[in-house]
Amino acid sequence: MGRRVLVTGLSTFWGGRVAQALEQDPTVEVIVGLDTEEPTVELERTEYVKADQSYSILSRLVRATKVDTILHTFLVVDSTRSSSRALHEINVIGTMNLLAAAGAPDSSVRHLVVKSSSLVYGAGHRDPAWFSEETARTSRVGTEVERSLLEVEAYLSDFAEDNPQVTVSRLRFANVLGPDIRTPLSRLLDLPVVPAVAGFDPLLQFVEENDVVRAILHVMEQETPGIFNVAGEGNLPWSECAALCGRRIAPILPPFAADRLLMPFNRLIDLPPEVLSLLRYGRGVDRSRLTSTGFRYSFTSAGAVDSYAKAARLRRTIGEAPGYRWERDVETFFRTSSAVVRPER
Amino acid sequence: MANHAAAIPSDAPVIVHGIETELKRPVYTLADFLFRQTPVVGTIWSRVGGVAAHPDNAYRLLREDKELVLVFPEGTKATAKTYDTRYQLRRFGRGGFVEIAMRAGVPVIPIAVVGAEESMPTLWRSKALAKALGLPYFPVTANMLLLGPLLGLVGYFPAKFKLKVLDPVGFDVPPDQERYSKSRVMDEAEAIRVSIQEALHTMLSERRSVWRG
Repeated sequence: MGRRVLVTGLSTFWGGRVAQALEQDPTVEVIVGLDTEEPTVELERTEYVKADQSYSILSRLVRATKVDTILHTFLVVDSTRSSSRALHEINVIGTMNLLAAAGAPDSSVRHLVVKSSSLVYGAGHRDPAWFSEETARTSRVGTEVERSLLEVEAYLSDFAEDNPQVTVSRLRFANVLGPDIRTPLSRLLDLPVVPAVAGFDPLLQFVEENDVVRAILHVMEQETPGIFNVAGEGNLPWSECAALCGRRIAPILPPFAADRLLMPFNRLIDLPPEVLSLLRYGRGVDRSRLTSTGFRYSFTSAGAVDSYAKAARLRRTIGEAPGYRWERDVETFFRTSSAVVRPER
Repeated sequence: MANHAAAIPSDAPVIVHGIETELKRPVYTLADFLFRQTPVVGTIWSRVGGVAAHPDNAYRLLREDKELVLVFPEGTKATAKTYDTRYQLRRFGRGGFVEIAMRAGVPVIPIAVVGAEESMPTLWRSKALAKALGLPYFPVTANMLLLGPLLGLVGYFPAKFKLKVLDPVGFDVPPDQERYSKSRVMDEAEAIRVSIQEALHTMLSERRSVWRG
Protein backbone atom coordinates (compact mmCIF):
# COMPACT_ATOMS: atom_id res chain seq x y z
CA MET A 1 0.00 0.00 0.00
CA GLY A 2 1.32 3.40 -0.95
CA ARG A 3 1.39 6.49 1.15
CA ARG A 4 -1.65 8.59 1.71
CA VAL A 5 -0.74 12.26 1.88
CA LEU A 6 -2.66 15.32 2.98
CA VAL A 7 -1.35 18.62 1.62
CA THR A 8 -2.60 21.74 3.40
CA GLY A 9 -2.75 24.99 1.50
CA LEU A 10 -3.19 23.37 -1.92
CA SER A 11 -3.89 26.72 -3.58
CA THR A 12 -0.82 28.37 -2.19
CA PHE A 13 2.27 28.38 -4.33
CA TRP A 14 3.90 25.61 -2.33
CA GLY A 15 0.87 23.39 -1.86
CA GLY A 16 0.28 23.25 -5.59
CA ARG A 17 3.93 22.63 -6.39
CA VAL A 18 4.30 19.91 -3.79
CA ALA A 19 1.09 18.18 -4.95
CA GLN A 20 2.29 18.26 -8.55
CA ALA A 21 5.57 16.65 -7.52
CA LEU A 22 3.78 14.04 -5.40
CA GLU A 23 1.64 13.03 -8.36
CA GLN A 24 4.80 11.92 -10.15
CA ASP A 25 5.67 9.60 -7.28
CA PRO A 26 4.14 6.11 -7.81
CA THR A 27 4.57 5.20 -4.14
CA VAL A 28 2.08 7.89 -3.19
CA GLU A 29 -1.36 6.38 -3.43
CA VAL A 30 -3.64 9.19 -2.42
CA ILE A 31 -3.09 12.94 -2.36
CA VAL A 32 -5.69 15.05 -0.63
CA GLY A 33 -5.35 18.80 -0.95
CA LEU A 34 -7.00 21.16 1.46
CA ASP A 35 -7.56 24.86 1.01
CA THR A 36 -10.14 27.58 1.20
CA GLU A 37 -9.60 28.63 -2.39
CA GLU A 38 -9.37 26.79 -5.67
CA PRO A 39 -6.03 25.35 -6.80
CA THR A 40 -3.94 27.52 -9.05
CA VAL A 41 -2.02 24.79 -10.83
CA GLU A 42 -3.05 21.87 -12.99
CA LEU A 43 -3.36 18.67 -10.99
CA GLU A 44 -3.92 15.14 -12.28
CA ARG A 45 -5.07 13.03 -9.38
CA THR A 46 -4.98 15.22 -6.30
CA GLU A 47 -8.33 15.34 -4.55
CA TYR A 48 -9.17 18.90 -3.68
CA VAL A 49 -11.26 19.64 -0.62
CA LYS A 50 -12.55 23.14 -0.24
CA ALA A 51 -12.71 23.67 3.48
CA ASP A 52 -11.47 26.06 6.09
CA GLN A 53 -9.06 24.94 8.75
CA SER A 54 -11.60 24.44 11.53
CA TYR A 55 -10.98 21.56 13.89
CA SER A 56 -14.21 19.65 13.16
CA ILE A 57 -13.53 19.48 9.43
CA LEU A 58 -9.86 18.66 9.82
CA SER A 59 -10.43 15.82 12.25
CA ARG A 60 -13.19 14.37 10.05
CA LEU A 61 -10.94 14.66 7.02
CA VAL A 62 -7.98 12.99 8.69
CA ARG A 63 -10.18 10.17 10.03
CA ALA A 64 -12.04 9.61 6.77
CA THR A 65 -9.03 9.66 4.44
CA LYS A 66 -6.73 7.71 6.79
CA VAL A 67 -3.77 9.80 5.67
CA ASP A 68 -0.41 8.76 7.09
CA THR A 69 1.51 11.87 6.06
CA ILE A 70 0.61 15.53 6.39
CA LEU A 71 2.55 18.17 4.49
CA HIS A 72 1.71 21.46 6.14
CA THR A 73 2.59 24.07 3.57
CA PHE A 74 -0.14 26.52 4.46
CA LEU A 75 1.92 28.77 6.73
CA VAL A 76 1.93 32.37 5.55
CA VAL A 77 5.42 33.89 5.60
CA ASP A 78 4.79 36.88 3.35
CA SER A 79 2.99 39.32 5.58
CA THR A 80 2.27 41.76 2.74
CA ARG A 81 -0.32 39.44 1.23
CA SER A 82 -2.70 39.10 4.15
CA SER A 83 -3.94 41.08 7.09
CA SER A 84 -2.45 40.33 10.48
CA ARG A 85 -5.79 38.93 11.55
CA ALA A 86 -5.90 36.44 8.66
CA LEU A 87 -2.26 35.63 9.25
CA HIS A 88 -2.97 34.69 12.84
CA GLU A 89 -6.01 32.63 11.84
CA ILE A 90 -4.15 30.67 9.17
CA ASN A 91 -0.81 30.20 10.89
CA VAL A 92 -1.64 29.80 14.55
CA ILE A 93 -5.26 28.64 14.68
CA GLY A 94 -4.97 26.54 11.51
CA THR A 95 -1.87 24.75 12.74
CA MET A 96 -3.35 24.25 16.18
CA ASN A 97 -6.43 22.60 14.68
CA LEU A 98 -4.35 20.52 12.30
CA LEU A 99 -2.15 19.26 15.11
CA ALA A 100 -5.17 18.48 17.24
CA ALA A 101 -6.65 16.47 14.37
CA ALA A 102 -3.38 14.70 13.67
CA GLY A 103 -2.91 13.85 17.33
CA ALA A 104 -6.40 12.42 17.87
CA PRO A 105 -6.38 8.99 19.59
CA ASP A 106 -7.42 7.03 16.50
CA SER A 107 -5.33 9.12 14.09
CA SER A 108 -3.50 7.32 11.30
CA VAL A 109 -0.93 10.12 10.91
CA ARG A 110 2.67 8.95 11.28
CA HIS A 111 4.62 11.77 9.69
CA LEU A 112 4.17 15.51 9.71
CA VAL A 113 6.25 17.87 7.58
CA VAL A 114 5.91 21.58 8.24
CA LYS A 115 7.17 24.33 5.99
CA SER A 116 8.36 26.99 8.42
CA SER A 117 10.66 29.88 7.71
CA SER A 118 14.02 31.22 8.83
CA LEU A 119 12.02 34.30 9.83
CA VAL A 120 11.87 32.64 13.26
CA TYR A 121 15.51 33.64 13.73
CA GLY A 122 14.74 37.29 13.10
CA ALA A 123 17.47 39.63 11.93
CA GLY A 124 19.38 41.87 14.28
CA HIS A 125 22.79 43.30 14.94
CA ARG A 126 23.51 40.78 17.68
CA ASP A 127 22.98 37.79 15.41
CA PRO A 128 25.70 35.29 14.62
CA ALA A 129 26.75 35.07 10.99
CA TRP A 130 25.16 31.64 10.69
CA PHE A 131 22.21 30.43 12.71
CA SER A 132 22.20 26.76 13.52
CA GLU A 133 18.89 25.06 14.26
CA GLU A 134 19.45 25.44 17.99
CA THR A 135 20.69 29.04 18.09
CA ALA A 136 18.25 31.26 19.92
CA ARG A 137 17.16 34.46 18.23
CA THR A 138 18.69 37.64 19.59
CA SER A 139 16.35 40.30 18.26
CA ARG A 140 13.03 41.21 19.78
CA VAL A 141 9.97 39.63 18.19
CA GLY A 142 8.36 42.70 16.72
CA THR A 143 6.31 41.55 13.78
CA GLU A 144 3.08 39.65 13.45
CA VAL A 145 4.38 37.02 11.05
CA GLU A 146 7.41 36.21 13.20
CA ARG A 147 5.29 36.00 16.31
CA SER A 148 2.81 33.66 14.65
CA LEU A 149 5.56 31.43 13.28
CA LEU A 150 7.18 31.20 16.69
CA GLU A 151 3.85 30.22 18.17
CA VAL A 152 3.47 27.57 15.50
CA GLU A 153 6.94 26.25 16.28
CA ALA A 154 6.10 26.09 19.97
CA TYR A 155 2.98 24.06 19.16
CA LEU A 156 5.07 21.75 17.02
CA SER A 157 7.55 21.11 19.80
CA ASP A 158 4.70 20.26 22.16
CA PHE A 159 3.08 18.07 19.53
CA ALA A 160 6.30 16.15 18.87
CA GLU A 161 6.70 15.56 22.59
CA ASP A 162 3.11 14.44 23.15
CA ASN A 163 2.94 12.20 20.07
CA PRO A 164 6.07 10.07 19.90
CA GLN A 165 4.41 7.89 17.24
CA VAL A 166 4.47 10.83 14.80
CA THR A 167 7.71 11.87 13.09
CA VAL A 168 7.73 15.66 13.00
CA SER A 169 10.03 17.31 10.46
CA ARG A 170 10.26 21.06 10.50
CA LEU A 171 11.89 22.87 7.60
CA ARG A 172 13.01 26.45 8.03
CA PHE A 173 13.47 27.98 4.62
CA ALA A 174 15.66 30.95 3.85
CA ASN A 175 14.37 33.65 1.49
CA VAL A 176 12.97 31.94 -1.54
CA LEU A 177 13.65 33.16 -5.03
CA GLY A 178 12.90 31.51 -8.31
CA PRO A 179 11.20 31.84 -11.66
CA ASP A 180 7.62 31.83 -10.39
CA ILE A 181 7.39 32.77 -6.73
CA ARG A 182 6.64 36.31 -5.65
CA THR A 183 8.13 37.37 -2.35
CA PRO A 184 8.70 40.81 -0.83
CA LEU A 185 12.34 40.61 -1.92
CA SER A 186 11.53 39.54 -5.48
CA ARG A 187 9.11 42.45 -5.76
CA LEU A 188 11.91 44.80 -4.69
CA LEU A 189 14.21 43.30 -7.31
CA ASP A 190 11.48 43.88 -9.91
CA LEU A 191 11.59 47.63 -9.40
CA PRO A 192 13.61 49.79 -11.82
CA VAL A 193 15.98 50.70 -9.02
CA VAL A 194 16.25 48.40 -6.05
CA PRO A 195 15.69 50.11 -2.70
CA ALA A 196 18.31 49.52 -0.04
CA VAL A 197 18.77 50.82 3.48
CA ALA A 198 21.22 53.71 3.38
CA GLY A 199 24.63 52.66 4.65
CA PHE A 200 23.84 48.96 4.83
CA ASP A 201 24.58 46.17 2.41
CA PRO A 202 23.48 42.98 4.15
CA LEU A 203 24.54 39.46 3.29
CA LEU A 204 21.52 37.46 2.26
CA GLN A 205 20.95 33.81 1.70
CA PHE A 206 18.47 32.37 -0.76
CA VAL A 207 16.95 29.07 -1.66
CA GLU A 208 15.57 28.30 -5.10
CA GLU A 209 11.89 27.37 -5.31
CA ASN A 210 12.55 23.94 -6.81
CA ASP A 211 14.95 23.15 -3.99
CA VAL A 212 12.15 24.00 -1.56
CA VAL A 213 9.83 21.42 -3.10
CA ARG A 214 12.66 18.90 -3.32
CA ALA A 215 13.56 19.44 0.32
CA ILE A 216 9.96 18.85 1.42
CA LEU A 217 9.77 15.63 -0.59
CA HIS A 218 13.21 14.60 0.65
CA VAL A 219 12.27 14.71 4.32
CA MET A 220 8.95 13.08 3.48
CA GLU A 221 10.74 10.13 1.89
CA GLN A 222 13.48 9.86 4.49
CA GLU A 223 11.12 10.47 7.41
CA THR A 224 13.84 12.30 9.28
CA PRO A 225 12.59 13.94 12.46
CA GLY A 226 13.83 17.29 13.68
CA ILE A 227 14.40 20.83 12.56
CA PHE A 228 16.28 21.60 9.36
CA ASN A 229 17.46 24.84 7.86
CA VAL A 230 17.05 24.91 4.11
CA ALA A 231 19.15 27.45 2.21
CA GLY A 232 21.43 27.60 -0.76
CA GLU A 233 25.19 27.57 -0.27
CA GLY A 234 26.88 30.85 0.55
CA ASN A 235 25.45 34.31 0.84
CA LEU A 236 25.73 37.48 -1.17
CA PRO A 237 25.29 41.19 -0.56
CA TRP A 238 22.02 42.84 -1.51
CA SER A 239 23.85 45.07 -3.99
CA GLU A 240 25.12 41.98 -5.76
CA CYS A 241 21.61 40.49 -5.91
CA ALA A 242 20.50 43.66 -7.65
CA ALA A 243 23.51 43.54 -9.98
CA LEU A 244 22.71 39.94 -10.94
CA CYS A 245 19.25 41.16 -11.90
CA GLY A 246 20.75 43.99 -13.94
CA ARG A 247 19.64 46.61 -11.45
CA ARG A 248 21.29 49.25 -9.33
CA ILE A 249 20.57 49.73 -5.67
CA ALA A 250 19.31 53.06 -4.43
CA PRO A 251 20.02 53.73 -0.75
CA ILE A 252 16.67 55.41 -0.18
CA LEU A 253 15.43 53.65 2.92
CA PRO A 254 16.30 55.51 6.10
CA PRO A 255 18.67 53.60 8.41
CA PHE A 256 16.93 54.75 11.55
CA ALA A 257 13.27 54.76 12.56
CA ALA A 258 12.44 53.30 9.16
CA ASP A 259 9.10 51.90 10.27
CA ARG A 260 7.78 55.28 11.26
CA LEU A 261 9.30 57.24 8.39
CA LEU A 262 8.01 54.82 5.80
CA MET A 263 4.52 54.65 7.26
CA PRO A 264 3.01 57.15 4.77
CA PHE A 265 4.34 55.07 1.85
CA ASN A 266 3.05 51.75 3.11
CA ARG A 267 0.55 51.54 0.32
CA LEU A 268 3.18 52.20 -2.33
CA ILE A 269 5.94 49.83 -1.34
CA ASP A 270 5.46 46.51 0.38
CA LEU A 271 8.09 46.65 3.05
CA PRO A 272 7.04 44.83 6.17
CA PRO A 273 9.26 45.35 9.24
CA GLU A 274 10.78 41.87 9.00
CA VAL A 275 12.05 42.68 5.50
CA LEU A 276 13.40 46.03 6.65
CA SER A 277 15.46 44.43 9.39
CA LEU A 278 16.62 41.83 6.89
CA LEU A 279 17.79 44.61 4.58
CA ARG A 280 19.82 46.05 7.44
CA TYR A 281 21.44 42.99 8.95
CA GLY A 282 20.80 40.08 6.63
CA ARG A 283 20.63 36.54 7.87
CA GLY A 284 22.54 33.33 7.34
CA VAL A 285 21.58 29.84 8.39
CA ASP A 286 23.75 26.78 8.87
CA ARG A 287 22.67 24.24 6.29
CA SER A 288 24.87 21.32 7.33
CA ARG A 289 22.16 19.30 9.07
CA LEU A 290 19.98 18.79 6.01
CA THR A 291 22.92 18.09 3.71
CA SER A 292 24.12 15.44 6.18
CA THR A 293 20.85 13.56 5.61
CA GLY A 294 21.82 13.23 1.96
CA PHE A 295 19.98 16.17 0.44
CA ARG A 296 21.75 17.81 -2.49
CA TYR A 297 20.83 21.32 -3.53
CA SER A 298 20.59 22.12 -7.20
CA PHE A 299 21.11 25.86 -6.63
CA THR A 300 23.42 27.98 -4.52
CA SER A 301 22.24 31.30 -3.07
CA ALA A 302 23.65 33.17 -6.04
CA GLY A 303 22.18 30.51 -8.32
CA ALA A 304 18.73 31.16 -6.88
CA VAL A 305 19.08 34.88 -7.60
CA ASP A 306 20.26 34.08 -11.09
CA SER A 307 17.35 31.72 -11.66
CA TYR A 308 14.98 34.51 -10.64
CA ALA A 309 16.81 37.08 -12.77
CA LYS A 310 16.56 34.94 -15.89
CA ALA A 311 12.83 34.42 -15.44
CA ALA A 312 12.32 38.12 -14.73
CA ARG A 313 14.11 39.07 -17.94
CA LEU A 314 11.95 36.64 -19.89
CA ARG A 315 8.83 38.01 -18.22
CA ARG A 316 9.71 41.54 -19.19
CA THR A 317 9.93 40.47 -22.82
CA ILE A 318 7.03 38.09 -23.29
CA GLY A 319 4.79 39.06 -20.40
CA GLU A 320 3.13 37.03 -17.70
CA ALA A 321 2.20 33.41 -18.41
CA PRO A 322 -1.53 32.84 -17.95
CA GLY A 323 -2.46 31.06 -14.72
CA TYR A 324 -4.40 27.85 -14.50
CA ARG A 325 -8.15 28.18 -14.02
CA TRP A 326 -9.73 25.56 -11.89
CA GLU A 327 -13.24 24.42 -12.87
CA ARG A 328 -15.02 21.93 -10.70
CA ASP A 329 -16.87 20.22 -13.54
CA VAL A 330 -13.76 19.80 -15.66
CA GLU A 331 -11.76 18.40 -12.75
CA THR A 332 -14.54 15.98 -11.82
CA PHE A 333 -14.80 14.85 -15.41
CA PHE A 334 -11.12 14.01 -15.69
CA ARG A 335 -11.06 12.22 -12.37
CA THR A 336 -14.27 10.18 -12.47
CA SER A 337 -15.76 9.98 -15.98
CA SER A 338 -15.61 6.57 -17.65
CA ALA A 339 -14.83 8.29 -20.93
CA VAL A 340 -11.33 9.17 -19.75
CA VAL A 341 -8.72 6.48 -20.30
CA ARG A 342 -6.60 6.39 -17.16
CA PRO A 343 -3.31 4.59 -16.66
CA GLU A 344 -3.54 1.56 -14.35
CA ARG A 345 -2.28 2.12 -10.83
CA MET B 1 44.42 38.67 20.93
CA ALA B 2 45.82 42.00 21.96
CA ASN B 3 45.43 44.95 24.24
CA HIS B 4 43.13 47.66 23.00
CA ALA B 5 43.35 51.44 22.95
CA ALA B 6 42.37 54.77 21.35
CA ALA B 7 38.86 56.19 21.40
CA ILE B 8 38.27 54.95 17.87
CA PRO B 9 40.63 51.99 17.91
CA SER B 10 43.62 52.42 15.64
CA ASP B 11 45.35 49.25 16.81
CA ALA B 12 43.07 46.80 15.00
CA PRO B 13 44.00 47.85 11.44
CA VAL B 14 47.66 48.04 12.40
CA ILE B 15 47.70 44.51 13.81
CA VAL B 16 45.69 43.13 10.89
CA HIS B 17 48.00 44.82 8.40
CA GLY B 18 51.05 43.50 10.25
CA ILE B 19 49.85 39.89 10.32
CA GLU B 20 48.54 39.93 6.77
CA THR B 21 51.79 41.24 5.32
CA GLU B 22 53.93 38.89 7.41
CA LEU B 23 51.88 35.69 7.09
CA LYS B 24 49.92 36.38 3.89
CA ARG B 25 46.79 35.11 5.60
CA PRO B 26 43.55 36.97 6.16
CA VAL B 27 42.71 38.00 9.70
CA TYR B 28 39.15 38.32 10.94
CA THR B 29 38.61 40.90 13.63
CA LEU B 30 35.94 40.38 16.22
CA ALA B 31 34.31 43.59 17.32
CA ASP B 32 31.40 44.98 19.21
CA PHE B 33 27.91 44.62 17.73
CA LEU B 34 27.80 48.39 17.69
CA PHE B 35 29.80 48.36 14.46
CA ARG B 36 27.13 46.40 12.70
CA GLN B 37 24.46 48.85 13.76
CA THR B 38 26.25 51.87 12.33
CA PRO B 39 25.44 52.69 8.72
CA VAL B 40 28.35 52.81 6.25
CA VAL B 41 30.91 52.03 8.97
CA GLY B 42 29.37 48.60 9.50
CA THR B 43 29.43 47.76 5.82
CA ILE B 44 33.03 48.86 5.33
CA TRP B 45 34.04 47.12 8.52
CA SER B 46 32.57 43.80 7.44
CA ARG B 47 34.15 44.14 4.00
CA VAL B 48 37.61 44.42 5.53
CA GLY B 49 37.15 41.29 7.61
CA GLY B 50 35.19 42.48 10.61
CA VAL B 51 32.98 39.96 12.33
CA ALA B 52 30.47 40.54 15.11
CA ALA B 53 31.84 39.17 18.37
CA HIS B 54 29.39 36.30 18.72
CA PRO B 55 30.89 33.10 20.20
CA ASP B 56 29.45 31.06 17.30
CA ASN B 57 31.18 33.29 14.75
CA ALA B 58 34.55 32.92 16.47
CA TYR B 59 34.15 29.17 16.83
CA ARG B 60 33.20 28.70 13.17
CA LEU B 61 36.14 30.77 11.94
CA LEU B 62 38.64 28.99 14.15
CA ARG B 63 37.38 25.43 14.08
CA GLU B 64 35.70 24.98 10.71
CA ASP B 65 37.41 27.55 8.51
CA LYS B 66 40.81 27.36 10.28
CA GLU B 67 41.27 31.11 10.01
CA LEU B 68 43.07 33.65 12.15
CA VAL B 69 40.85 35.61 14.48
CA LEU B 70 41.84 38.81 16.24
CA VAL B 71 40.07 39.70 19.43
CA PHE B 72 40.39 42.41 22.04
CA PRO B 73 39.12 40.86 25.26
CA GLU B 74 38.98 44.19 27.05
CA GLY B 75 36.40 45.44 24.59
CA THR B 76 34.99 48.94 24.97
CA LYS B 77 36.28 49.14 28.53
CA ALA B 78 39.74 49.66 27.07
CA THR B 79 38.93 52.15 24.35
CA ALA B 80 36.82 54.20 26.73
CA LYS B 81 39.66 54.77 29.19
CA THR B 82 41.14 58.21 29.47
CA TYR B 83 44.71 59.21 28.78
CA ASP B 84 45.81 59.17 32.41
CA THR B 85 45.11 55.43 32.65
CA ARG B 86 46.89 54.51 29.39
CA TYR B 87 48.51 51.09 29.09
CA GLN B 88 46.66 49.80 32.12
CA LEU B 89 44.84 46.69 31.03
CA ARG B 90 41.18 46.40 31.93
CA ARG B 91 39.29 43.27 32.90
CA PHE B 92 39.43 40.59 30.20
CA GLY B 93 35.69 40.25 29.86
CA ARG B 94 34.51 36.91 31.18
CA GLY B 95 37.37 34.99 29.65
CA GLY B 96 35.24 34.12 26.66
CA PHE B 97 38.20 34.23 24.30
CA VAL B 98 39.95 31.49 26.28
CA GLU B 99 36.83 29.36 26.30
CA ILE B 100 36.35 29.67 22.53
CA ALA B 101 40.00 28.84 21.92
CA MET B 102 39.63 25.76 24.12
CA ARG B 103 36.47 24.70 22.30
CA ALA B 104 38.06 25.25 18.91
CA GLY B 105 41.28 23.53 19.98
CA VAL B 106 43.54 26.41 19.02
CA PRO B 107 46.22 28.31 20.93
CA VAL B 108 45.92 31.94 21.96
CA ILE B 109 48.68 34.23 20.74
CA PRO B 110 48.93 37.38 22.86
CA ILE B 111 50.15 40.56 21.20
CA ALA B 112 51.28 43.61 23.12
CA VAL B 113 50.71 46.89 21.30
CA VAL B 114 52.38 50.18 22.09
CA GLY B 115 51.48 53.39 20.30
CA ALA B 116 47.73 53.21 19.91
CA GLU B 117 47.09 55.07 23.16
CA GLU B 118 48.89 58.15 21.90
CA SER B 119 47.20 58.20 18.49
CA MET B 120 43.85 59.30 19.85
CA PRO B 121 43.97 60.12 23.55
CA THR B 122 40.66 60.53 25.33
CA LEU B 123 40.65 63.50 27.69
CA TRP B 124 37.17 63.27 29.01
CA ARG B 125 34.03 61.15 28.64
CA SER B 126 30.56 62.61 28.33
CA LYS B 127 28.00 60.42 30.02
CA ALA B 128 25.05 62.53 28.89
CA LEU B 129 26.02 62.45 25.22
CA ALA B 130 26.73 58.73 25.32
CA LYS B 131 23.32 58.12 26.78
CA ALA B 132 21.60 60.38 24.29
CA LEU B 133 23.28 58.68 21.33
CA GLY B 134 22.96 55.17 22.71
CA LEU B 135 26.72 54.63 22.64
CA PRO B 136 28.74 52.76 25.25
CA TYR B 137 30.87 55.87 25.76
CA PHE B 138 31.30 59.27 24.19
CA PRO B 139 34.92 60.39 24.21
CA VAL B 140 36.18 63.93 23.92
CA THR B 141 39.59 63.37 22.42
CA ALA B 142 42.58 65.61 21.94
CA ASN B 143 42.15 65.00 18.22
CA MET B 144 38.66 66.50 18.36
CA LEU B 145 39.91 69.60 20.14
CA LEU B 146 42.67 70.06 17.63
CA LEU B 147 41.02 69.01 14.36
CA GLY B 148 37.37 69.71 15.08
CA PRO B 149 34.63 67.30 16.07
CA LEU B 150 34.30 65.56 12.69
CA LEU B 151 37.86 65.43 11.41
CA GLY B 152 38.92 64.53 14.92
CA LEU B 153 37.01 61.26 14.58
CA VAL B 154 39.22 60.06 11.76
CA GLY B 155 42.40 62.09 12.16
CA TYR B 156 44.94 60.25 14.28
CA PHE B 157 48.02 61.77 15.84
CA PRO B 158 51.32 60.36 14.64
CA ALA B 159 52.68 57.66 16.92
CA LYS B 160 55.14 54.85 16.50
CA PHE B 161 53.40 51.51 16.76
CA LYS B 162 55.31 48.57 18.13
CA LEU B 163 53.79 45.13 18.27
CA LYS B 164 55.31 42.34 20.28
CA VAL B 165 53.99 38.86 19.57
CA LEU B 166 54.27 36.81 22.74
CA ASP B 167 54.59 33.03 22.99
CA PRO B 168 51.43 31.14 22.06
CA VAL B 169 49.42 29.79 24.95
CA GLY B 170 48.08 26.27 24.43
CA PHE B 171 45.48 24.77 26.73
CA ASP B 172 45.82 21.02 26.37
CA VAL B 173 42.12 20.32 26.84
CA PRO B 174 39.83 18.31 24.55
CA PRO B 175 38.00 20.54 22.04
CA ASP B 176 34.23 20.74 21.45
CA GLN B 177 33.24 20.35 25.09
CA GLU B 178 29.93 21.75 26.23
CA ARG B 179 31.58 23.61 29.11
CA TYR B 180 35.04 24.17 30.49
CA SER B 181 36.11 24.68 34.06
CA LYS B 182 35.41 28.32 34.78
CA SER B 183 38.31 28.56 37.22
CA ARG B 184 40.69 27.18 34.59
CA VAL B 185 39.35 29.68 32.05
CA MET B 186 39.72 32.61 34.42
CA ASP B 187 43.22 31.49 35.47
CA GLU B 188 44.36 31.29 31.86
CA ALA B 189 42.79 34.64 30.98
CA GLU B 190 44.43 36.28 33.98
CA ALA B 191 47.82 34.74 33.14
CA ILE B 192 47.59 36.10 29.60
CA ARG B 193 46.57 39.49 30.91
CA VAL B 194 49.57 39.58 33.22
CA SER B 195 51.95 38.53 30.44
CA ILE B 196 50.70 41.31 28.17
CA GLN B 197 50.84 43.88 30.96
CA GLU B 198 54.43 42.90 31.72
CA ALA B 199 55.38 43.02 28.05
CA LEU B 200 53.82 46.49 27.83
CA HIS B 201 55.84 47.70 30.80
CA THR B 202 59.04 46.39 29.25
CA MET B 203 58.25 47.96 25.90
CA LEU B 204 57.34 51.29 27.48
CA SER B 205 60.51 51.32 29.57
CA GLU B 206 62.51 50.86 26.38
CA ARG B 207 60.58 53.45 24.38
CA ARG B 208 62.48 56.71 24.04
CA SER B 209 60.01 58.69 22.02
CA VAL B 210 56.29 58.40 21.27
CA TRP B 211 56.94 59.37 17.65
CA ARG B 212 60.15 57.59 16.86
CA GLY B 213 59.83 54.54 19.09
